[in-house]
Amino acid sequence: MADASLARGGAFQVLTGYLSLPPGARVGAGPVVAAAILAAIVLATVLAPLYVPHDPMAMNAMARLAPASDAHPLGTDQFGRDTFSRVVTGGRVSLLIGVGAALVSVAVGLVIGLVAGFFRAADGIIMRIMDSLMAIPAILLAIALVALNGPSIGSVIVAITIPEVPRVVRLVRSVVLSAREEPYVEAAIALGSSMPKVLLQHLMPNTFAPLIVQGTYICASAILIEAILSFLGAGVSTEIPTWGNLMAEGRTFFQVKPGLIFWPGLMLSLCILAINLLGDTARDLLDPKMKKREG
Amino acid sequence: MLGYILRRVLATIPVMVIVAVFVFLLLRLTPGDPAAILAGDAATPAQLERIRERLGLNDPLHVQFVTWAGRTLQGDLGTSLISNTSVSGMIASRLGPTINIALLTIGISILLAVPMGVIAAWRHRSWIDFLVMSFSVLGFSVPVFVIGYLLIQVFAIELRWVPVQGYSDPSDGVGAFLSRAVLPALTLATIYIALIARMTRASMLEVLGEDYIRTARAKGVRENAVLFRHALGNAAVPILTIIGTGFALLISGVVVTESVFNIPGIGRLTVDAILARDYPVIQAMILLTAGIYVFVNLIVDLSYTLFDPRIRY
Repeated sequence: MADASLARGGAFQVLTGYLSLPPGARVGAGPVVAAAILAAIVLATVLAPLYVPHDPMAMNAMARLAPASDAHPLGTDQFGRDTFSRVVTGGRVSLLIGVGAALVSVAVGLVIGLVAGFFRAADGIIMRIMDSLMAIPAILLAIALVALNGPSIGSVIVAITIPEVPRVVRLVRSVVLSAREEPYVEAAIALGSSMPKVLLQHLMPNTFAPLIVQGTYICASAILIEAILSFLGAGVSTEIPTWGNLMAEGRTFFQVKPGLIFWPGLMLSLCILAINLLGDTARDLLDPKMKKREG
Repeated sequence: MLGYILRRVLATIPVMVIVAVFVFLLLRLTPGDPAAILAGDAATPAQLERIRERLGLNDPLHVQFVTWAGRTLQGDLGTSLISNTSVSGMIASRLGPTINIALLTIGISILLAVPMGVIAAWRHRSWIDFLVMSFSVLGFSVPVFVIGYLLIQVFAIELRWVPVQGYSDPSDGVGAFLSRAVLPALTLATIYIALIARMTRASMLEVLGEDYIRTARAKGVRENAVLFRHALGNAAVPILTIIGTGFALLISGVVVTESVFNIPGIGRLTVDAILARDYPVIQAMILLTAGIYVFVNLIVDLSYTLFDPRIRY
C-alpha cells in the first residue's frame, strides 16, 4: 500500500495518511509565531559561522567585560570574547544534542515498547525496569552518567536519552496494547500474517502520531537538561560554547555583567518555549481526544 | 483496605531492588577501569589499588553486590572517597536546609497553583485563564537557573529586599530563614506551580461540566462552595497524582537551585560529589532520591481514598 501511494502522492501524503489529520484542522496564530521563532533560532545558529562578527573563541585582553558597542553588540565576557558570537554559536551544540537525544530516545523506546506491548512474557519485566528507571530523577541520572563516561557530546546524548526512554516505552506500549485488540489486527493474525509483519506494518504505524508529539517534548527537555548539565559542570567540555556552558561561565561575573547569563538564557528559553508550543499544536492536531482531556 | 496498603507497600520493593541493581552496575559496567574513572587521570597505581580495595572492586561481581546490598540494608552507605567520612553522616548533616526549603516550596506551590487552576477553569477562555495557561507554558520552558538569576537580579540586586545568596537555619530566627529561603523556594516552585495549575485546571474543567454542579448552582449554593467544596474535592485525584509524579522535578530542581543560591543542602552535596567522582556519595544520593520519590508516590496513592470515597480497595 505504502509503495503505491508513494508513487502517486509522495512521502508527505503517506505521512499525513498515517497520521490521519482530522479534516478541516486549523492552526491558530500562536503556533505560526512559535514556528517562526524556532526557524529563526535554528537558522541563526546553524549559519552562525558565516556571519558572526568575531571568532567565538578569540580572546581579547584589551576588551574584557566590555559593555555593548558597535564592535560587540552584546559586549564581551571575562576573556574579552564576543558574547553575541558565542551565544549564536552556542546554540549549535545545544540543538544538536536536543535533536539527537529526541531521535535516539524515540528509536530505542519504540523498539522496547513494541516488544513490551506485543509479547506478554516480556511485558512484566520490561515495565518493572522502566518503572524503576523513572523513579531516578532524570538530572541526577544524567549527571552521574556523564561523570562516569566523560564529557563528550555522545555521552551527553546517551545520558539524556536513558531517563527519557521509559516515557517513550510506556507510550508505545499503551498504543500497541489498545491497537492489538482492533479487528484489523485480529484479522491479519487470523489470515496468517507473520509476526514481524503484524508488528511493523499494522501496529507500529499507530505509534507515529503520539511519537512525533512525544519526540518534540523530549527535544525541548533534552535542550533544557543539556543546559543544566553544563551549568552544573557535568556537560560537554567547557571549551565548547553551549548555552549551558556560557551561563555556567557567566556565574562568576553575574553581578558585574548579568547579560552573560541572560542572553544565552533568553535564547534557550525562547527555543524551548517555541518547541513546547509546537508540541502542543501537534498534539491538538493529531490527537483531538487528548485535547479534550487537557481542556 | 489493609490488604491493599500491604500489597501497595510490597510493590515498592521490586522497584527499589531494580534501582539498587542499576546504581550498582552503573559504575561497574562503565567501559574502562572503574577505579581509574573515579581516581582521575593523575592517579598513581597505589591510589588505584586503594580505591579498588575500598569499593571491593577486586571481588567477583555477585560477591560485590551481596556485600554492598547487605551493608546498604543495614543503613551503612559506605564512606566518602574524598573526605573519608561516613556517607550517611554527610547526608544527615546536609538534609536540614533541603527539607526546609522543599517544604516551603511545596507550601507555596499548592497555595498558589490550586487556586490559579480553579479560577482558570471557572473563568474558562477568559483573560485570567489565558494568563494562567501562559504562565504554565512559560514555567515549563524557562530553565530553573535562569529563573533563579532573574529573581536574584530583581529582588536582591535591584530592589535589595533580600540577600543575594546563602542560607540561615530557622532555629537562628524565622525572619532570617525566610528572607534567604524565599527566592530559592519561588525558583523551585515555578515549574511545580506550572504543572499543578495546569492539571487543576484540566481536572476542574471536567468536573464543572457535571450535572451535580448545575444542580448545586440551581439550589443556590454559593459559588465559592460550588468551586471549592463540590468541584475541587472531586477533581482532587488527578491533582494529587501530579503532585506526586511532579516530585521528581522538585528533586532535580533542588540540585540546580542549591548551586545557584549557594545553599549547603543535599543538592549541593550531590553536585560536589559528582564533580569529584565521589561514587559512594553519588550512589547513596541516587538511592535516596529514588526512595523518596517512590515513598511520596506511595503516600499519594494511598491518600486517594481520603478524597474519593468511591475508591475502595
